[in-house]
Amino acid sequence: MNGIGGVIAAVLVAGAQIAAVAVGGPLLVGVMRKVRCHIEGRVGPPIHQPLRDLRKLFSKQRMRPDQASWVFGVGPVVLVATAVLIAAISPLATTRPPLGQTADFFAIVFVLLLGSVALALAALDTGTPFGGMGSSRAMTIGALAEPALLVAILAMSIPAHTSNLPALVRIGLAHPQLIASPERFLALGSFLVVILAESGRLPVDNPSTHLELTMIHEAMVLEYAGPDLGLVILGESMRLALLLGLLVNLLIPWGIADRPGAAALVIGLGALVGKVVVAGIVIATFEVFTAKLRLFRLPELLAGAFVLAVVGAFTALVIR
Amino acid sequence: MTIRSILQAIVHPRTVTEDLGPPSQVAADVPRLAGSLQLRHVDAGSCNGCELEITSTFGPVYDAERFGARLVASPRHADALLVTGPVTKNMVGPLVKTFEAMPEPRIVIALGDCARDCGVFRGGYGVEGPVGDVLPVDLQVPGCPPNPEAIVRALRGLTGR
Amino acid sequence: MSNLSLVITAIAGLSAAIAGCALPAKTRVQAAVAFTWGACIAALVGALAVLHTGHAMVLNSSRILPLTGVTMVLDPLGAVFVVVTAVVAIASTLYWLGYASHGLSTRTASAALPIFVTSMLLVPAAGSVATFLWLWELMALSSLLLVLVDQRRREETRSAAQWYAVMTHAGASAILFALVMLSAHAGNQTFAAIRIHAVHLPAAVRNTAFLLALVGFGSKAGAVPLHVWLPKAHPEAPSPASALMSGAMVNLGIYGIVLVGDRLLGGGPAWWWLTVTAVGVVSALFGALHAATSTDLKRLLAYSTADNMGLVLIGIGASGLFAATGHPAIAAIAMVSALLLTVNHAAFKGSLFLSAGSVQVATGSRDLDRLGGLMRRMPITGVVFLVGGLAIAALPPLNGFVGEWLLFQSLLHGLPTSSTAVAIAVPVGVAALALTGGLTAAAFVKAIGVGFLGRPRSEGAATAHEVPRTMQLGAALLAGACVVLGVVPMIVLPALERAAAEAVPGAPAHSLRASVDLRLAGLQGVLAPALLAAGLALAFVAVIAMRRLAQRRSHLRVALRRAEPWGCGRELQTARMQYTATSFAEPLQQVFDDVLRPDRDLDVSHLAESRYYTEKIAYRTSIGDVIEHNVYRPMIGAVNVWGQWARGLQNGSVHRYLAYGLVVLVVILAVIV
Repeated sequence: MNGIGGVIAAVLVAGAQIAAVAVGGPLLVGVMRKVRCHIEGRVGPPIHQPLRDLRKLFSKQRMRPDQASWVFGVGPVVLVATAVLIAAISPLATTRPPLGQTADFFAIVFVLLLGSVALALAALDTGTPFGGMGSSRAMTIGALAEPALLVAILAMSIPAHTSNLPALVRIGLAHPQLIASPERFLALGSFLVVILAESGRLPVDNPSTHLELTMIHEAMVLEYAGPDLGLVILGESMRLALLLGLLVNLLIPWGIADRPGAAALVIGLGALVGKVVVAGIVIATFEVFTAKLRLFRLPELLAGAFVLAVVGAFTALVIR
Repeated sequence: MTIRSILQAIVHPRTVTEDLGPPSQVAADVPRLAGSLQLRHVDAGSCNGCELEITSTFGPVYDAERFGARLVASPRHADALLVTGPVTKNMVGPLVKTFEAMPEPRIVIALGDCARDCGVFRGGYGVEGPVGDVLPVDLQVPGCPPNPEAIVRALRGLTGR
Repeated sequence: MSNLSLVITAIAGLSAAIAGCALPAKTRVQAAVAFTWGACIAALVGALAVLHTGHAMVLNSSRILPLTGVTMVLDPLGAVFVVVTAVVAIASTLYWLGYASHGLSTRTASAALPIFVTSMLLVPAAGSVATFLWLWELMALSSLLLVLVDQRRREETRSAAQWYAVMTHAGASAILFALVMLSAHAGNQTFAAIRIHAVHLPAAVRNTAFLLALVGFGSKAGAVPLHVWLPKAHPEAPSPASALMSGAMVNLGIYGIVLVGDRLLGGGPAWWWLTVTAVGVVSALFGALHAATSTDLKRLLAYSTADNMGLVLIGIGASGLFAATGHPAIAAIAMVSALLLTVNHAAFKGSLFLSAGSVQVATGSRDLDRLGGLMRRMPITGVVFLVGGLAIAALPPLNGFVGEWLLFQSLLHGLPTSSTAVAIAVPVGVAALALTGGLTAAAFVKAIGVGFLGRPRSEGAATAHEVPRTMQLGAALLAGACVVLGVVPMIVLPALERAAAEAVPGAPAHSLRASVDLRLAGLQGVLAPALLAAGLALAFVAVIAMRRLAQRRSHLRVALRRAEPWGCGRELQTARMQYTATSFAEPLQQVFDDVLRPDRDLDVSHLAESRYYTEKIAYRTSIGDVIEHNVYRPMIGAVNVWGQWARGLQNGSVHRYLAYGLVVLVVILAVIV
């Protein structure tokens, strides 16, 4: 059964997770927009509008600045490719994803960083001031968010004696007291702030702003058209769905498939979708009542996340 | 705002949006946009009356977004160029640059009487001409200013919803 | 037989130097390079044999150096450093072939470079105090000559060489004291004898020796606060020499610390290693911050060297700390990670310095604010710099990522411990690792993006074209090493394990099982770099195929259109409107304003007729090194003051000099009698 059967099963699981994230990412963004519209008192676009937008974008013309190099076209591709790879190997629907033994949390963070760096380089390749501005701000925020992220990973890895992500989820399933512990909450709180920073949501960045000088992430993609823009939007929504999926599975792992088999996988996918939608609704509601922070107040926010993570790490050390 | 009121707002929204009837007809020569229309607005010299109507169109009462239309910041992201006002001499260059920055297939919408035939500003010393003199116009929305229902009707004709 | 390789290395190196001195200009560089390659290959073969068999190579001769003799012992730890130096030297000398027309074809330079390479190859093989110090001095002097190559053209070169000379000799004196103290107590100057005798040393002697060695070798490695020569000397040296200095010479500082701390003294109390870790943390953060805010390409690379050496020191400190608290297995993993970081750094820093040199040659400038658009004009150099930059930012699937993963794992798994020192040091180490990773990524996005992408910001950048083939090849060789080490790190890991076993007493034979994936023995920690790379490549190809499919189905007349960049309808868009390196780093500079203390100068001049109209406003800002400004300059000022006072003693009066002689004679007679 292992061998060819195992490989086919792994490919199917990977395909299912990638499809869930690729289709679910834009739907998640649609849900978040819909929640915002309803709280604002209007009907708003339907939930599948982002998918319609993507379909239209892929049939439009590609454009490229006349003095840009090959890096401009490769940026969006690397962004989506890294998201696809992480979607395949992360414990989203099952605790035994393909290549799961290599799905180290540290590795996942750095593969996602590769996507961000590729987009930042492509933005500088446009030769416009907006690209440089977006790139500079995004890299600054990334640099300040990384300590919080890695120390949060350390805090979660200490009680489990491993930083392997599927193992962390499995251990959470088997020992719920590891999840209901202060260090896990502190670490996940810090992780949530980092997710908001990295995906460009309020209070860090307003995803629907028109004012170029207030943009952080949007400024990097002002120059993309057609399929390139579609890839960027797809990649960003996949990253958001992915990171929220990891967050909810570390907080509430129940529902994830723990045994092999199609039925368990389907239940796992359903649980994932449900949990991520709830997380998205909570974040969207929070966004309605938050204003965007001034750019130079962001280091304070990220330092706060870092302090949370450090307290979590020390708690993990002390409690053992 | 309590949790209960927030949850109620999400599940049973009390919207103020008006119901504008069944989907509209799709014009024969409209490119296949399939329910998704991104608009880039350029004020080529208007008195801002049309801008106020556009703001209303995307506001809670008329809510053009529910039909798939959205305003975007960069012409590279846009399908349609929404031009208001007569084209003044200083705005000819930027307007043409904006149009050329858009990827194909692209549409030009001339909104308001000024964009169609210079309206009350015809013959002014700073006015170059109507939008049709500068760019190939695909759709015109008459009115000074056109009311939001007319604008929404025009946009629905483009998105086909 | 294998002992011969060291002899061949020395002879080949000497011949290279003689060829460089004696031959006419047309052939001297080629001959010197050929002989240097012979030396490198001989050293490489010998070192690989040592790593393969695990047996050290010993060579004794009392005839070469009078009074002390020469003792060479190449053990696996030293062999790792020899291999690294040899590979970097082969690439740099290959680069030198194409670079020679830019000032490196003089007799001095052609003799100094081979001597520099040979001494660096032989330092890790030194087996006695005298041999070590002779080779160390030779290395320092030859590198000083190389830094001085450009001194007639640039004022800063002389100042940089002065700083370098003083600091390297101050470091050498510290090393001299430490080693001489140890050999005096042992009664014999060979390292083997010192090691045997080390257990009998009193604690005060051990502590003093270790601290002096840390100061001396740390200064060579670029540890903050002894790093101030690095950002001055490395940029001023010609590019092949910079690559050798950053890629091979700073490693020898690390070798020295491991030599004295672990090999000679056999490990020490926890506070030694906490000090090393603290120095590492400060170096990493300081170096990364200055790299992120620097606008001079080579200065950025030099500060980044200090940053990477800080990470290596964190690994070494963690290793010693775990060994001192009784966890030799984790200590071995930490030492392997430190050695892997060193090897990785040599590969990517070497390629970065060589391509930066190519940029300088092609555009005439190393100021990032004047570069841009080079990826289209210098495609190979651009790709090499991109690979080096992504590797140093620790991005998969390149080598920097594997090294940092291993360091993180060793810190994580060292944590279940009862020692408070470890419990504090590890989270601090992880936080430092993370922040420097982020700052380095920002620094290199800036260097690659502002330097190579976008539009050219000056005439020099606009008229640049690709450099000669040998220069491209030299840099590409090291970039290729980055890729290979990133996808299959297992080819070096067994050798590094063997070297780490030398440094950490009591380590198990195999702490890492490395086949297709890397596993930590007895712990849960796995990484499969080859599978990650394959997955990324597959995903990349799939996404490109999807995009192409979408384009084909769109039935557009023109699927990809080149157009002017969108500038909000502006009529005139120039290259100067782009972000510069200064503006890119400005948010980080604001956040870390207290640490960086930039100098700001605002000069407003008014019209003669009225004070209410300004004629010109000039704004200057620069970031200097805070430590140099606040620590070194006052020290230099104090030394100057003392020197001025001492001048009063020599006022030219013969009577006073005779009086000095009389007083000293009387004092000596009084003491003796």
